[in-house]
Amino acid sequence: MNLLALEFPPVNHLFDWPSIWFEGTPYAINKTVLIYFGSVVVTMMIFGLAGRQRESLVPAGVQHVAESGVNFIEESVVMQTIGPDGKKFMPFLTTMFFFILFSNITEVIPFIQFPANSRMAMPVTLALVVWVIYNFVGVRSQGIFGYLKNSLFPPGVPKVLYIIVTPIELVSTFLVRPFSLAIRLWANMVAGHLLLVTFAVLSAAMWGSGGIGYGGALILSFPMLILMTGFEILVSVLQAFIFTILTAVYIGGSMHPEH
Amino acid sequence: MFNLLAQNATGPGEVLEGLMAIGAGLGYGLAAIGPGIGIGTVVGNAISSMARQPESAGMVRTTMFLGIAFTEALALIGFVVFILLLP
Repeated sequence: MNLLALEFPPVNHLFDWPSIWFEGTPYAINKTVLIYFGSVVVTMMIFGLAGRQRESLVPAGVQHVAESGVNFIEESVVMQTIGPDGKKFMPFLTTMFFFILFSNITEVIPFIQFPANSRMAMPVTLALVVWVIYNFVGVRSQGIFGYLKNSLFPPGVPKVLYIIVTPIELVSTFLVRPFSLAIRLWANMVAGHLLLVTFAVLSAAMWGSGGIGYGGALILSFPMLILMTGFEILVSVLQAFIFTILTAVYIGGSMHPEH
Repeated sequence: MFNLLAQNATGPGEVLEGLMAIGAGLGYGLAAIGPGIGIGTVVGNAISSMARQPESAGMVRTTMFLGIAFTEALALIGFVVFILLLP
């Protein structure tokens, strides 16, 4: 069924999963889509259950998870980058952080072991949503001419240098930002998945070769696999955090020009 | 080296594929040099400022991750080119 990672899939299935249901239609569902459904459901469950619970002074269980997540986003993302008037973006940033985190962390969950964000579709979609939001916020808080003036002609630059600065700012603000946002998340997940697959295949092949291969697998590749699994947990959380904080930085830059 | 490759290859397509593989590998390696130095500088300066002023560690850490993210983008673009060039 090509869903659970119980045995090594063929190499061309590393990223390209075959459809499971509705094959041939645009609504075909494969493992990646199922992981995305799972992360949406888990994110909604956490905040839905925490919101339905009766408020208690000492949070426990799911309420604790939700409260510490919201607190983390508020203190280390929103207050550091946008400031107090960025509180209205809290729901967007928090749900985005948890959605990216849950679809990244499947990279190391046994029997799933596939980071859904190593397919380009969802990083691009999220980056385009972020692009629309920060442009909309900039136009609404500064007016369309003020926003274009502040982002294309940054103040405090000698007049002559605008010949160089304005094209650079145009490209970097409106083209490179969403591109690099999507590429960063996607490429980190692809690289992590390739690393884990390489060391897993290496360990299994050495172990299967018998004799001196047992020692090679035990000493060299298997500890590396464990180390890399820990490292990939760090990378998954860090990439979700970086995506969220860059979104907040872009929104903050559109809201308050020239700090 | 290229003459040897050309002699052993069966057609011009194989030489092209081999050269593309060499270029992809070299390209990624070259693209990783600059960001490596850059991330080292960012993290080193962040650590020294955290050691001087431990009370500002939170702010420095956030800014450090931002700097790492911007610097790392170049290496990741190199990685993308590597994947695109791979025959």
